[in-house]
This record gives sequence, C-alpha cells and structure tokens, in this order.
Amino acid sequence: MLTKRIVPCLDVKDGRVVKGIQFVQLRDAGDPVELARFYDEQGADELVFLDISASHEGRKTMVEVVKAVASELAIPFTVGGGINALEDMKRILRAGADKVSLNTAAVNNPDLITEGANFFGSQCIVVAIDAKYDEELGSWRVYTHGGRTQTGREVIAWAREAAERGAGEILLTSMDSDGEKKGFDIKLTKAVSEAVSVPVIASGGAGNADHFAEAFIEGKADAALAASIFHYKETSVAEVKAYMKEKGVVVR
Amino acid sequence: MIGIIDYGMGNLFSVSKALERLEVPYFLSENKGELMKAEGLILPGVGSFKDAMSILNSTGLADLVREYADTGKPLLGICLGMQLLFEDSEENGLTEGLQLLPGHVRRFPGATAEGETYKVPHMGWNRLEFLHSSPILRGLEEEYVYFVHSYFVDTDNKEAVISRCLYDVEVPAVVGRGKVFGMQFHPEKSGSLGMSLLRNFTELVEERMSVK
Repeated sequence: MLTKRIVPCLDVKDGRVVKGIQFVQLRDAGDPVELARFYDEQGADELVFLDISASHEGRKTMVEVVKAVASELAIPFTVGGGINALEDMKRILRAGADKVSLNTAAVNNPDLITEGANFFGSQCIVVAIDAKYDEELGSWRVYTHGGRTQTGREVIAWAREAAERGAGEILLTSMDSDGEKKGFDIKLTKAVSEAVSVPVIASGGAGNADHFAEAFIEGKADAALAASIFHYKETSVAEVKAYMKEKGVVVR
Repeated sequence: MIGIIDYGMGNLFSVSKALERLEVPYFLSENKGELMKAEGLILPGVGSFKDAMSILNSTGLADLVREYADTGKPLLGICLGMQLLFEDSEENGLTEGLQLLPGHVRRFPGATAEGETYKVPHMGWNRLEFLHSSPILRGLEEEYVYFVHSYFVDTDNKEAVISRCLYDVEVPAVVGRGKVFGMQFHPEKSGSLGMSLLRNFTELVEERMSVK
C-alpha cells in the first residue's frame, strides 16, 4: 500500500539553508546536504528545497546544491523557486532533482506546465499554489509572488486546470494557516484533494504530529509538508511517523 | 564496466551517482560499439514511452539493446526503461516496445472496480512483495521503495514478475527473465533497499566478469 509522505521543506539562499538554526548537533547547519542527510536518516519521505535567492548567481548556486544532494543521498526531492522557463527546469532536473515546482511562472504562463510535462513527464512537474480564503468569493483565491500578489484565479479551478495541463502533483499552501501552527487548512486541503486526480501535498500550519494525522485523514492529503516545526525541533519526522502509525495512517 | 545508455531520456545523473556511491565503475554512452562491450547495461528512462522508443529506434539503440540481451550479459531497465523492455505501451497511442519481456504497458485506471477513484500518478513509497527468488533479491527483505509512474506493466506471465506492489492493480515492481531485469521504481532514490537492489545487479555483472 502506498504510504502517506512526510516532507520537510528547506529554504535555500545563495546555496545555504536559512532558518535551520536549531541544528546544533550538525557540523554545518547551513549545508543543504548535511540537513538533507539529517532528515533522510529520520525517515523523511521526500524533501522540498525552495530557492529564495534573489540573484542570478544565487540561482546558479542552486544547481550545485541539487547536484550535491543527488550525489550523496538516495532520497527524492523537489526544487522550487525561480523556475520560470523550460531551460530552468532542464538545469534543475538534469542536475539530479526529481521534480520542479512552479508557482508564479505557472500562473503567468500556464503553457509552461504543459511544456514541462510534455518534455519531462507529468511526474516531474509540481504546481505550487498559495491559497487564501476570500470571504466575498466564498472560496480560496490564488496568490503569487510569495503571497504578495492576488490573482483573479480561484484555487479549485486553478488546481484542476494545472492537473489537466499535466501537473503531476499539487503543492498546496494555505496562507491563512501558514506560520500559525494551528494545523493545516483541512477544508482547503480536502476541497482540492477531492477536485483533482493527482496527489496533493498539504502545506502551511503544522504545529504538532496530530495536525499531520488531520491532514491525511480528514484533509485527504497524500503528503504533508512542514518547515519550522522540524527545523526548530518542536517535533521530528520520526515522532510524526510513530504517531501516524498509532492513528492507523500508513507510513514508511 | 557497466554502460549507462545515454539517449537523452532519463535521470542519468542520479543513476550514475548511485553507482559511484557503490564504487562501481561505469560509463555513459550513446555509442553502440562501446555499449556492446559493456559487461552490464543500464537503460534509464523518464518521460514518455513513445518519445523514448522513437529515439531508441532512430538511433539504432533499440537494436543494440535487443542484441545485447541476446548475449546473456546483465541488462537493467529502470522506471520507463523497464517498461520499454515489454511488448507495447498505450501511452500516447499504442507504441511497440523492445519486446524482450511479455506484457503490455497500460495506464492506471484511476478508479477501482467498485468505482472509488484514486490518485494517478502512483507517487511515493510502496512496499515490495517478493514473489519468487532471484539473484536480484539476494539477501534482501521486503521494504518500501519510491515509485513515480502513471503506467504499469500488465502481464499474465508470472515467471517474469519477481516482485510486486499493490496500487489498486498488481504492479510488477521487479521483473526479469534470464539476465534481463527491470525495476519500475527508482532504486537510486529508494534508500537502502534501492541501493541494495542496485548492488545486487552490479554483483551479477562482477560475477560474470570474474568467471570470464
């Protein structure tokens, strides 16, 4: 049986992991490979690297990070951030990443999803959606540019379109829940997961192990992503997995 | 030495790095003469069956793989590379495969016989079930490996399916006949079991080299 996936997310800037400051036991907590290995050993099912470099140089460095991680570890990983064209996807995937995640670029140019899926196969293309509830709309709206820009798009419709265009997975972040640590947005996650035929990764709001169980059982998520609770060791991947087993959620 | 077929379709980087971690010498090539001399061959593959076969056919590498299989030297297809070993695939219109193994590549239905829908691609960690003994499974225990695919091999040839997993349908996960092997999952991304499976393949290659 296919397991539910626990996915730590690492922010990388100019080739260094930022925010992973609590890893005192590591020689170099800013080293993406070292952190990736740490999570791999804990039983992480996959990793997401989000490149938050603002510069061209930083982006080039990301390719080196991807190569280093793929060289050292036998674990699947996705790279997002700064991927705007087919060429960007080629650079990252050929360096050894398993998937690329498109966000703003996919909204601005949905053909990019199709191009990527045709070239690499759907399994390599993740569409990341930043969602925020809109009272007037009575539904969630898509935001881009790291949540700064509101688009006219409605989340469910966009998720469906992305999947139809060839996205192999949806990485769904709730801007309402993100950083609150009060749990994933279950309503949003369930709505999107039921609307599309591809796997959905729930993101935003994880504060404890029980939140993961909610995302899987009630939210029908296929995977759940978290950053700070793992980085700051509020819980560990191993702890979350042990708890999932208690709750009857199948994990590796 | 192990040759990895470089035909522009596949995650060559991760497969080659996995061999480096195993300290197994390899080379990447699209040259038929060079590949034919390899003691073992790996056919990687990510992307669509039709595109892959069209490249393999136009470059003559399809013939090379068939001839290579005839020599009895170990051959391993990974992910799409495994599917290519079979008779045909319905991905983007029916396309003939390399026809080294009996079976057809079909898309996951996306709904169970009872009408319950499920996610396609089959993406994530699934548990292998070993069906019969094979040198490729030597010393290993049933564990989880990483799958990413929307199509699976449908075969009624029980002999060829060495290991399977379940995802609505029966998914052949490790296949083989003689020295021709295939893995539907990504051994290079499947933690320690994946690395051990690759190790078993490279040992088959080494054993062959030592008796020569």
